[in-house]
Amino acid sequence: MNFYTSFLVVFALLAVCVPFILLFGFTGALARRSRVAPFRWFGLAYTSMVRGIPDIIFFLFVPIALDQGIEYLRHHAKCPEWTEPIRQGNDFVVCAAAKMPLGPSPQWVHETYGFFLAALAFAIVFGAFAANTLHGALAAVPKSQLETASAFGMSRKQIFWRIHLPQMWVYALPGLSNLWMILIKATPLLFFLGVEDIVYWARELGGSKTERFAYPHGDWRLGYFLVLLVFYLLLSWASEHVFSRLNLKISKGQATIGGQA
Amino acid sequence: MKLIKLLGGVALAAAFTTSAMADGHAVRLGTEGAYAPYNFINDAGEVDGFEREVGDELCKRAELDCTWVTNEWDSIIPNLVSGNYDAIIAGMSITAERDEVIDFTQEYFPPDPSTYVAAAGASMDAIKGNVAAQTATIQASYVSDSGATLVEFSTPDEVVAAVKNGEVDAALADDAFWQDIVKASNGELVFIGEPIAIGGGIGMGIRESDTELKDKLNAAIDSIKADGTLSTMIAKWFDGRMVKY
Amino acid sequence: MSCMQTITDYGLRALGLGERALPRADITLCEQVVLIGSGLIWNIYFAVIALGLGFFVASFIAFARNSSNPFVWRPAAFFIFVIRGSPLFIQFFLLYEAFVLLPKIGFDINLGFIEITIETRWLTRAWLGATIVLFLNTTAYSAQIFYGALRSVPKGEIEAGKAIGMTNKQINKRIIWPTMLRLSWASYTNEAIFLLHATALVFFSSFPAWRQQGDALYFASYFADKTFNPFVPYPIIAGYFIALTLIVIIIFGWFNRRLNRHISKNH
Repeated sequence: MNFYTSFLVVFALLAVCVPFILLFGFTGALARRSRVAPFRWFGLAYTSMVRGIPDIIFFLFVPIALDQGIEYLRHHAKCPEWTEPIRQGNDFVVCAAAKMPLGPSPQWVHETYGFFLAALAFAIVFGAFAANTLHGALAAVPKSQLETASAFGMSRKQIFWRIHLPQMWVYALPGLSNLWMILIKATPLLFFLGVEDIVYWARELGGSKTERFAYPHGDWRLGYFLVLLVFYLLLSWASEHVFSRLNLKISKGQATIGGQA
Repeated sequence: MKLIKLLGGVALAAAFTTSAMADGHAVRLGTEGAYAPYNFINDAGEVDGFEREVGDELCKRAELDCTWVTNEWDSIIPNLVSGNYDAIIAGMSITAERDEVIDFTQEYFPPDPSTYVAAAGASMDAIKGNVAAQTATIQASYVSDSGATLVEFSTPDEVVAAVKNGEVDAALADDAFWQDIVKASNGELVFIGEPIAIGGGIGMGIRESDTELKDKLNAAIDSIKADGTLSTMIAKWFDGRMVKY
Repeated sequence: MSCMQTITDYGLRALGLGERALPRADITLCEQVVLIGSGLIWNIYFAVIALGLGFFVASFIAFARNSSNPFVWRPAAFFIFVIRGSPLFIQFFLLYEAFVLLPKIGFDINLGFIEITIETRWLTRAWLGATIVLFLNTTAYSAQIFYGALRSVPKGEIEAGKAIGMTNKQINKRIIWPTMLRLSWASYTNEAIFLLHATALVFFSSFPAWRQQGDALYFASYFADKTFNPFVPYPIIAGYFIALTLIVIIIFGWFNRRLNRHISKNH
């Protein structure tokens, strides 16, 4: 049944997003710490822009912009001989070779592509939050530890990879676990990106069905949504447990309140 | 914007048929999938309904190889013009407003009047009270202009629920859409007032730059009108309604 | 039509004042900016009411969560868990459905000088129903933030209060509560920003818009639908929200300085 497989869509989204979120988060955090001013400005603009705009507005706008942006670039790369304008009135027309994905490719390619655009939009938004957390965590590592490393004669690169980064995780984990909880609860918004997730199927299957359907029934959406509520509660509950375990593990040997408690 | 929808199992099935007729021209048809009997998602999770049959027949005659995608109603036009699919076949009335942005084929369904529906026992004044309609439909504009209090819902389901539970006094939608619902409500819902003619017939929406596809589909619609196939389909899906072409 | 004219026609359109019909054709940039801005009135209304009430109730729930009496802390913990564990989107849907199912009745309440009728029907309207959902949501999140801060209030401060002869009530009000706020203020600022952003979901997903009076996102998607071009209205609404977020940060920053004014600058 589609309703059951759609639960997997939620997990797939989380699985696809998390690496990208961390990637964007690190890029953003490092950009903000960069000694090159334009990088710093970029990092600050990225994190504060996402902080200022509701995520739903991002989701309404970013995927379609990404889609057209990618096709625009491919159009210029692949069809330089094309003379007609790309914007013809309201139409956005690129040559067939620049279509993403290619027009004739099978349906599942289109779907997967749409799914990845949605995931990318998610990653951009939550990457900015992660950048904030990681930036704070990098700044929270006690200076003395870094100075000690420097006194041992480590290079800047060594200090970063061997001391700064590993030590940072202790400070980043509470923020990141909070971010994960927010991410879980943002997944129903997938539905607005046109991905057929659990919310879509809950509305579709729960809506009243007339006798045209094999199983006519009234408005069952309330029931379906209660199932979703339980699903999300379980997911949050399980995540909280995993994170508290992880926190204990990562704080081992660290002189923090979490570790010594 | 809502992008391409993930159609689960249907998609795979569609993908296999696609490769089987590889010489055809690939066309993606966008529909809403929530407006029975025009288009809806059946229990197997596939696009079904009057427009599914019409669309498949048109594609066969125009030698196009078509796949179905569903998209939320309120972003169905932006996704057409940005090229996420090639044609809209979603019970869309031909209106001047829409015609400025996209092109339409000739109609494959005659102008369908819109009707008000209210809970049993409602007076005629209901249509001047709080009236529900789906956001961004011609009915929503009509209600707003009529002087009644417009209450907008994002899906047809919510419109029906709102009349049933008394949230609103009446609701306005296509007559064909109501037929099933009113019948299934066991007298709970009734038609009130006279049918109103708003909007033109129903046609397929095509990008303005895509004249080739428009010509092909127009020719195919001519052909199903000429040999009576279309009339048979309309009679099948709309309770024996007779339409002569 | 000049832009000034548009402002007088549509500036308060979201409240139902001014021109009744929304622009249909030849939509100008000015109309988009004005109407989306007019919708912001709703976003600000939701945010101010929900945060204002939520702040105080959350303080109480945080204290309840910290109580040693299981009949007090368990319900508080359960409330926090259910709200924090489920998506706002689903809370909107479920509560709207629940409100719709309530019998439609009115209560007369006599306030002595004036008699008002309270109708359950109001719950299905965004101005009351959505505010309640947002209020419950922010209360749970804030309560968790405050509870976390409550547990890290230094014992020494409480003992100092006891030493100078303060009653328990005085200690709660004058020592624990202010310290709790000081410790949690940065997280609470974030929560306020999240709530402000959440107000955009009200008309978009759950509550119907009456007489085309909606929030900023309602008008933005109206224009995206009428002009078939999302590249104008969405950046406009994004700009508005960035401005609002800055205002929130400034106001909360001012409170933060007040809360910390007794602490020396060197800290």
